[in-house]
Amino acid sequence: MPRLEIHQEKITDKKALIDICPFGALEEKDGVVSINAACKMCRLCVKKGPAGAVEYVEDAVKPTIDKEKWRGIAVFVDHVDGDIHPVTYELIGKARELAAVIHHPVYALFMGNEITGKCEELLHYGIDKVFVYDDPQLARFKIESYTTVFEDFINQNHPTAILVGATTVGRQLAPRVAARMRTGLTADCTVLEMDENTDLGQIRPAFGGNIMAHIMTPNHRPQMATVRYKVMNAPERQAEKSGVIEPCQIAADKLKARVDVLDIVKKAQEQTIEASDVLVVAGRGIKKQEDLQMLEELAELLGGQIACTRPLVEAGWVDAKKQIGLSGRTVRPKLIITCGVSGAIQFVAGMNHADCIVAINKDEKAPIFKTAHYCMYGDLYEVIPRLIEKIKAGKEAS
Amino acid sequence: MNILVCIKQVPASSKVEVDPITGVLKRDGADSKMNPYDLYALESALRLREVHGGTISVISMGPPQAKAVIREAFAMGADQGALLSDRNFGGADVLATSYTISQGIRKLGEFDLILCGKQTTDGDTAQVGPEVSEYLDIPSVSNVIKIEKVEDDGITVQMDLPNELEIAKVYYPCLLSVDKDIFQPRLPSYVRKTETKEREIPIYTLEDMGDKNKTHYGLNGSPTQVKRIFPPAVNDHREAWHGTAEELTGKLYDKISELKFI
Repeated sequence: MPRLEIHQEKITDKKALIDICPFGALEEKDGVVSINAACKMCRLCVKKGPAGAVEYVEDAVKPTIDKEKWRGIAVFVDHVDGDIHPVTYELIGKARELAAVIHHPVYALFMGNEITGKCEELLHYGIDKVFVYDDPQLARFKIESYTTVFEDFINQNHPTAILVGATTVGRQLAPRVAARMRTGLTADCTVLEMDENTDLGQIRPAFGGNIMAHIMTPNHRPQMATVRYKVMNAPERQAEKSGVIEPCQIAADKLKARVDVLDIVKKAQEQTIEASDVLVVAGRGIKKQEDLQMLEELAELLGGQIACTRPLVEAGWVDAKKQIGLSGRTVRPKLIITCGVSGAIQFVAGMNHADCIVAINKDEKAPIFKTAHYCMYGDLYEVIPRLIEKIKAGKEAS
Repeated sequence: MNILVCIKQVPASSKVEVDPITGVLKRDGADSKMNPYDLYALESALRLREVHGGTISVISMGPPQAKAVIREAFAMGADQGALLSDRNFGGADVLATSYTISQGIRKLGEFDLILCGKQTTDGDTAQVGPEVSEYLDIPSVSNVIKIEKVEDDGITVQMDLPNELEIAKVYYPCLLSVDKDIFQPRLPSYVRKTETKEREIPIYTLEDMGDKNKTHYGLNGSPTQVKRIFPPAVNDHREAWHGTAEELTGKLYDKISELKFI
């Protein structure tokens, strides 16, 4: 049972020690320094404090599981009525990479109603086995029924790791499954790597993206992670099929849920910023709402869309669906042009995987220039109108 | 209707930096606030109580100073609250946090409806709500953008899905994670703040939990471990463009042409 022990006699400067803790978990009472509930066990006090003052003690042996018994990397197939969400293919690509390190099979878990015909497509992406639960009761996502199916799949097949897309469904289902299996789950991983002992390294932005955390699940199986759409690369579709489809059954009474779906209302289809290859981003350098028109015009000329940073959503100038960043959307366009965006880390975390980043900003110290591939030190109000004219002229000439 | 709202104290700013020399996290520990997404959950509870009556309880987990967010909830109109705070709860990951909260909820009382915000601004995982519902063995629905109907045995809500809205009736007891903008949160009232200044906030420790097994809480109850933290990678491919507006426009134009977007 790991814990921190404080050796008061070794503390040279109480205040200096207390200040080390970024969480305010060290406090002094009656001349004695103690640790309160705010402790996150980051152990900075051990590393940065006076030698031996805070000691990390791990005296009980943790129950260890037999990692040999857990084989395979499983991917949850995210879909609506059989239309498979592209994040699924991206995860299959990553699962294949991870599985190759430890020579494990890659599984897909597909649950829904009348989906058996849709399984074939998955076999073009290098899956070893597709487990299909096809049942009318699984027609709509109901968290209790889906969790039960997931649990059944895990208990039958013991995959060592499970990847789930961080979609509306995945973000609810993965935690519920993790809690049922009493195992760890890491949200929104940006990097996944496999150790030879089958431990999955899960790297994700923490503290609003200011810090990257490398997370392990050393004593629990399955290891679970969610990954956002457009973070991993989808593999090429192979002309040849490979792998097998395994139909699975579950007792109907186990699928009961305390939720009744009464109606489904289609929303007006709109192109999301995640789906756009080109994004022109408006930041706080935009002086007034009308000026957004010029960025919209540029985006249209480039076949893309406009997006924005958080302050513009807060000002009510742009719809929240257009916001990039940790509290908005994660995008991975081929080209992104940021206009008057300072580049707060929360924003950058939502777009730094773009293939080509051009930043326009007057402020030479703007942090966006640490992320951009092409840093334009200039005034967007001078450049954008000229660029629009030039593109229009070029189009007319051709 | 007995409603419980789960709230969390988060840093007022997510600005954190790693000191490049010492590698220490630089974080202003003093400034904190209620997780902004929780305000929507609390507001939803207040609106439901206005129409259907009942009581609103709040629960939070954190260091003793997290009592501040419970006071804030009182000033907005919550009736009672409790704080889960114990050294043994420290260092908890999603699983251990959810378990602790579910134990705390069992201690606090029986609720028809548990409301959570969409996510917190410091953890950003949106996972605790669904995990708590699993531990309590109750149904849950996330991304709730509208409450349509309240009945004796359940609540009908709109769930926001990428391409459609799902209208579903969830039977009590249940947990809902509400989206931003379900209702506009009210401001805390000064009068209520003064009135509730003396209201007691019980602190629940490990001793108050139904399950007193230390290994189920905090760091010990957490399957995930942080191996290391490091600053995010900085992209080093960089080209600086200086010059007149014409020159800059030309450079950008050429780049866009090269990428075949024009």
